[in-house]
Amino acid sequence: MFESLSQRLSTAFSRLTGRGSLSESDVTEALREVRVALLEADVALPVVKDFVARVKDRAVGQDVVRAISPGQMVVKIVHDELVTMLGTAGVELDLNAVPPVPVLMVGLQGSGKTTSSAKLAVRLKKDKKKVLLASLDVYRPAAQRQLEILAEQAGVGSLPVVMGEMPVTIAKRAMEMGRKEGYDVVILDTAGRLHIDEALMAEVAAVRDAVKPTETLLVADAMTGQDAVVLAREFNEKIGITGIVLTRVDGDGRGGAALSMRAVTGRPIKFLGLGEKLDALEVFHPDRIAGRILGMGDVVSLVEKAMENVEVEAAEKLARRMEKGKFDLEDMLSQFAQVEKMGDLKGILKMLPGMGKMTAQIDAAKLDGKVIGRQKAIILSMTPKERRNPDIIKASRKRRIAAGAGVQVQDVNKLLKQHQQMADMMKKVGKMGNKGLMRSGLGGMMPPGFGPFGR
Amino acid sequence: MIDWLKKGLARSTSRLAGGLSDLFAKRRLDEAALDELEDLLIGADLGVAAAARVRDRLGKQRLGQDVGADEVKQLLAEVIAQPLTAVAKPLTVDPANKPHVVLVVGVNGSGKTTTIGKLAKRFKDQGLSVTLAAGDTFRAAAVEQLQVWGQRTGCPVIARETGADAAGLAFDAILESKTRGDDLLFIDTAGRLQNKTDLMEELRKVLRVIKKQDDTAPHDVLLVLDATVGQNAHSQVKAFKEMVEVTGLVLTKLDGTAKGGVLVALAESFGLPVHAIGVGEQAEDLREFDATEFARSLVGLG
Repeated sequence: MFESLSQRLSTAFSRLTGRGSLSESDVTEALREVRVALLEADVALPVVKDFVARVKDRAVGQDVVRAISPGQMVVKIVHDELVTMLGTAGVELDLNAVPPVPVLMVGLQGSGKTTSSAKLAVRLKKDKKKVLLASLDVYRPAAQRQLEILAEQAGVGSLPVVMGEMPVTIAKRAMEMGRKEGYDVVILDTAGRLHIDEALMAEVAAVRDAVKPTETLLVADAMTGQDAVVLAREFNEKIGITGIVLTRVDGDGRGGAALSMRAVTGRPIKFLGLGEKLDALEVFHPDRIAGRILGMGDVVSLVEKAMENVEVEAAEKLARRMEKGKFDLEDMLSQFAQVEKMGDLKGILKMLPGMGKMTAQIDAAKLDGKVIGRQKAIILSMTPKERRNPDIIKASRKRRIAAGAGVQVQDVNKLLKQHQQMADMMKKVGKMGNKGLMRSGLGGMMPPGFGPFGR
Repeated sequence: MIDWLKKGLARSTSRLAGGLSDLFAKRRLDEAALDELEDLLIGADLGVAAAARVRDRLGKQRLGQDVGADEVKQLLAEVIAQPLTAVAKPLTVDPANKPHVVLVVGVNGSGKTTTIGKLAKRFKDQGLSVTLAAGDTFRAAAVEQLQVWGQRTGCPVIARETGADAAGLAFDAILESKTRGDDLLFIDTAGRLQNKTDLMEELRKVLRVIKKQDDTAPHDVLLVLDATVGQNAHSQVKAFKEMVEVTGLVLTKLDGTAKGGVLVALAESFGLPVHAIGVGEQAEDLREFDATEFARSLVGLG
């Protein structure tokens, strides 16, 4: 998320950072761009106005005058204010209550409540919690059936559906079953409703009063536009929410709704929905996101993601070879396998520092899992000797490899060229040593002009 | 800190919600006034560029003149409605097609299935024979959801089990509908985000397979857009248009507080017909898109 915002901000700042001194009009001009960037990222207008006003206050004050590099200072102020707006640390689900702990899911129609309920159940199950899912959606056709199926897929309990039962009764029955059967958490999925629909809002308030949920999560679409402030405020005032689940984060590079809703409710974004699979739910880390927005990369998330999935041994082996500056096609193959394990390639690349501006190019390249599969097939069609010694691959070997992998010779060429580039990069890394890599960041390995601030 | 921020926000958003009335008792339409109007348009999801264009057009007409609150709303609504009039076209069924095939696409949760239910009711009430094909073979209980709509509207539903091939289902559905001599066939599809290359490819396959069965079909490809969505709608329309030749739009969830102003910019950049708007969950909650009415509601003229 936030890719397009990140791109716009990079552009706005690129003019500032190289300068020795800044006039007030420089700052005003940059902030005008910041304003447009935020609005185009769907941050709500009142939030944008407050944000720009606060940054301006600090930027034209003494902060900047005293700073050695005023441009960097403005970037820092924007960063700090983004962090303030997003909140600092990630906030986990509060389950600190007598089990079964009720969790109430609310939101507009089609925001993703049912899917998020199931995802949350999967997550809690991993933490060894016994979870019961109950659907209070008696309006949308087959909604209760949907949650039942998802509960089955997730391997958690679901409340048997009784046709014609009303939401408050269902909620009470769910809590009763939760108590009797020793569940830790009861997730109550409600029907989608408009925040201005008095009757339905009263209904969910009645459910709240009946079960006194420990967590009431507002599920909202990350693609929500200016209305985000209105709906978040209304749900918070009328029902009282404890956190926000932002869905379809994988569909939008804007993410403005996150900023708006957090600002207007003061409630933390707790989870991000990032795909259709039931395990595609992540804890939201605001402190890391602010850096990512400004194109500074999300190294922490990347490292964590890698630690979860990459086999330590293989990684260490590669690291040793990297130190020596060696990188053959076998290494490339094992790297492909690792990347595949880590998941969506695009998502990973975007976490790297200095990739903000490259995002558009990545999208244009249509990088997806299939590409990797094809490249793996090419390497697998080579003999072990060829993989260790790519130099011996000449025309006739290329034709054989292409035929074996079911691709064109130029695809083989492309892969070999790519390998050459990677090998060169590895040599560079080997020379820099670990210290060099840390200092310049991975952005230092990118061709000039790709970095966020025209490094 | 947060409290202070919240108070400020509450103030500015309640002004937005209050519409233009308080802004314009009777005042000169100067640059400051235009700035405020532009902000209100941005708040209605028009987007920065489209809001600026509307502002310019209004400014050219009336800059420096004294205008009243209602008058300025009228003017604004007229300026907004103008590019929209051309795209206000109801969905029409060509009786020469037996059946007239309508493929319905969109991102997850935009309201595809509900829209199909409503459209089915409308055409059924007009005396057409309508069949529904449950092409969302991915989401749990999506098939059951469409089946309920089939019962409500009295339309047969062609379905397979969840997980079946959507393209194959579409192929069979057209064949079955043809044999029956239907007037109209709606094909539902699974919701998909426009940036998921593989899922978009899958949708293209559905389209290819439909053409194999009937090379004039689909006669309409409807993209269902959620009015709550902001500027992301641009990339939705662009991607779906490129991949599956979208022929028209339906804007849903206009019964909330979202104004769907992004439609103004979409009309300017894509010019796709807007066939209908969704204003509720019931079968009758579907209206024809009326440019003037939409523009008036956008500026708060009820």
